Amino acid sequence: MAVRTLQPTIIRSRRVSWTQILIYVVLTLGAFIAVFPFFHMVATSLKTYGSVITGAFWPWFPLGDEPLQWQNYPEAITTIGWDKQWNIYLFFRYAFNSIFVSLVIVAGVMITSALAAYAFALMEIPGKNLLFLLLLATIMIPPDLTIVPKAVMMYQFPNPFGAGSWYNTYLALIIPFLASVFGIFLLRQFFLQIPRDLYDAAFIDGCGHLRYLLTIVLPLSKPALVSVALINFIWAWDSFKWPLLVTRDPQMRVLAVGLQQFLVQEGGTKVQLMMAFSSMVVVPVIIFYFFTQKYFTEGITTTGIKG
Amino acid sequence: MTSQAIAAGRPLSFFSPRRLRKLREAGLGYLFLLPAFVVLIVFEFWPIFYGAYISTCNWTVKGCTKQLGLANYVRALNDSEMWHSLLVTASYSIISVPLQLGISLLLAYLLFQQIRGKSLYRVLFFMPYITATVASASVWAFLYSPDRGLINEVARLLGLPQLKWLGEARGIFALIGDALNVPVPPWLAGPSLALIAIIIYTTWVFVGYDTVIFLAGLGNIPNELYEAAKIDGANGWQLFRRITIPLLSPTTFFLLLYTVIGTFKAFNHIYVMTMGGPGDATTTASIFIFQQMYQYNRYGYSAALSFILFSVILIITIIQNRVAGRAVVYA
Repeated sequence: MAVRTLQPTIIRSRRVSWTQILIYVVLTLGAFIAVFPFFHMVATSLKTYGSVITGAFWPWFPLGDEPLQWQNYPEAITTIGWDKQWNIYLFFRYAFNSIFVSLVIVAGVMITSALAAYAFALMEIPGKNLLFLLLLATIMIPPDLTIVPKAVMMYQFPNPFGAGSWYNTYLALIIPFLASVFGIFLLRQFFLQIPRDLYDAAFIDGCGHLRYLLTIVLPLSKPALVSVALINFIWAWDSFKWPLLVTRDPQMRVLAVGLQQFLVQEGGTKVQLMMAFSSMVVVPVIIFYFFTQKYFTEGITTTGIKG
Repeated sequence: MTSQAIAAGRPLSFFSPRRLRKLREAGLGYLFLLPAFVVLIVFEFWPIFYGAYISTCNWTVKGCTKQLGLANYVRALNDSEMWHSLLVTASYSIISVPLQLGISLLLAYLLFQQIRGKSLYRVLFFMPYITATVASASVWAFLYSPDRGLINEVARLLGLPQLKWLGEARGIFALIGDALNVPVPPWLAGPSLALIAIIIYTTWVFVGYDTVIFLAGLGNIPNELYEAAKIDGANGWQLFRRITIPLLSPTTFFLLLYTVIGTFKAFNHIYVMTMGGPGDATTTASIFIFQQMYQYNRYGYSAALSFILFSVILIITIIQNRVAGRAVVYA
């Protein structure tokens, strides 16, 4: 009896340990592939052009005779040019545009999504289900279908703050993105989980909807709000096709468009500057992501929507 | 107060407090929905109708200068470049979807085992997905660079042939045929190496996302099923084949639909890495539509093209629903 139970345990534990090792090897290889391009990007951004073209593989970090080329970063910034309008380097103008546009979009999305999600989750409205279906339908609309008419509309809408149209203005970069179906979905899911008793108690005490939303629902929904804010920020930061299409002047470019233009113009001959530029776009977001990653995965798995 | 009225059997007047409250709530509710719906209607729904109108026009800066009826559509259907772009899109989709889903299912299954550092792995896998596409695509374009890229450098050290990657318009089977001295007929040349290089990048970006979704799906499978099967003597492969695969099928189905649609709208990274080139080797439908609009200002034509692409996506989605939807097991 004792032998019979002992034997399988030994065999199993041995087999498990081999499987475990294999699992770790595969996962670590996967993680290495996921991360390595970023490492290579930063390493290349700190090399001289000479060592970029002679030794692409080694050294990754030019530790030997060659010191780290930190000056590549200011050089990348100055090479792009000067913005005469604001008297700053164009790179900072790109960065300002990216940050400004992304932040305004996130703020707008938070407001429109919280209001709509609240109405869908907690209010009695005739035709609510139909409207919710309509919302669902927008996910199915491929962006290619609407991009042409949307671009045409940017030429037609008059600019209320000056001459001309929305084309080549912040309005075109911001306004079309002030609502997020993803945001409404995720917040609605979350609002529905708030105990109904809380709602009844508050309303017996004479609390109105807006006050209930602001003082009870929103403070209770912080994790969901953070998820919506972060994911929409990443999407706004990543947008490239639309800004390329609806802006003309270098002063209106966002970082992604500026980076692509730099790649087209100088990418072939100034690889190290190109990589410095990329690092400046990517590294802050990655650092930020490491502190907030839990909200990303939670938000994405709750709704399963990707941008 | 209202319940008292009902209890007393009095009829509710039109302006009864209960009715007023309902009306007020509905009004406020619409007000809450208004901002989001204004944006969605103006920038999502209305453009569909407007686009349909534009697609029947010779559209210039001045607007619709001439009504063309369906001429733009007829022209598109006779445009060999349009068909080529659909073929490139289809190749891109057919290769990258199974690749993405296969790798991410494997990674998710491994991550789901009893291992240490689970969340660290997840964070690292997810990193490419959150990175700005233009930046990571430029890094990959550099990795693929024929003369000083890392990939060719590694190939050189290993004694493998060095390839032109993103600059190679020839099909992969043709290239393999060359290497083996086997003649390959043109119709068997296969997708261009440039497209394969883009597919590798796409896989790198989305595997992390798909893994996270698969992980959530795996978490929904009740553990008792595995326990029961183990007691009955099932081995690891049997557990995976008979429990995991069927019970994960709703997640897989969702990811399949989403990934296919995603490949059909792929744009940013392709534009950054190749701009559709070399030649038209990586000109997907999305790139083609963009070029027609951005470079040639053919708004009417590109609107017609986008409706054709949309109908293709719609047909594929319906077929997937019919065929793959049947295989889905709902526990």
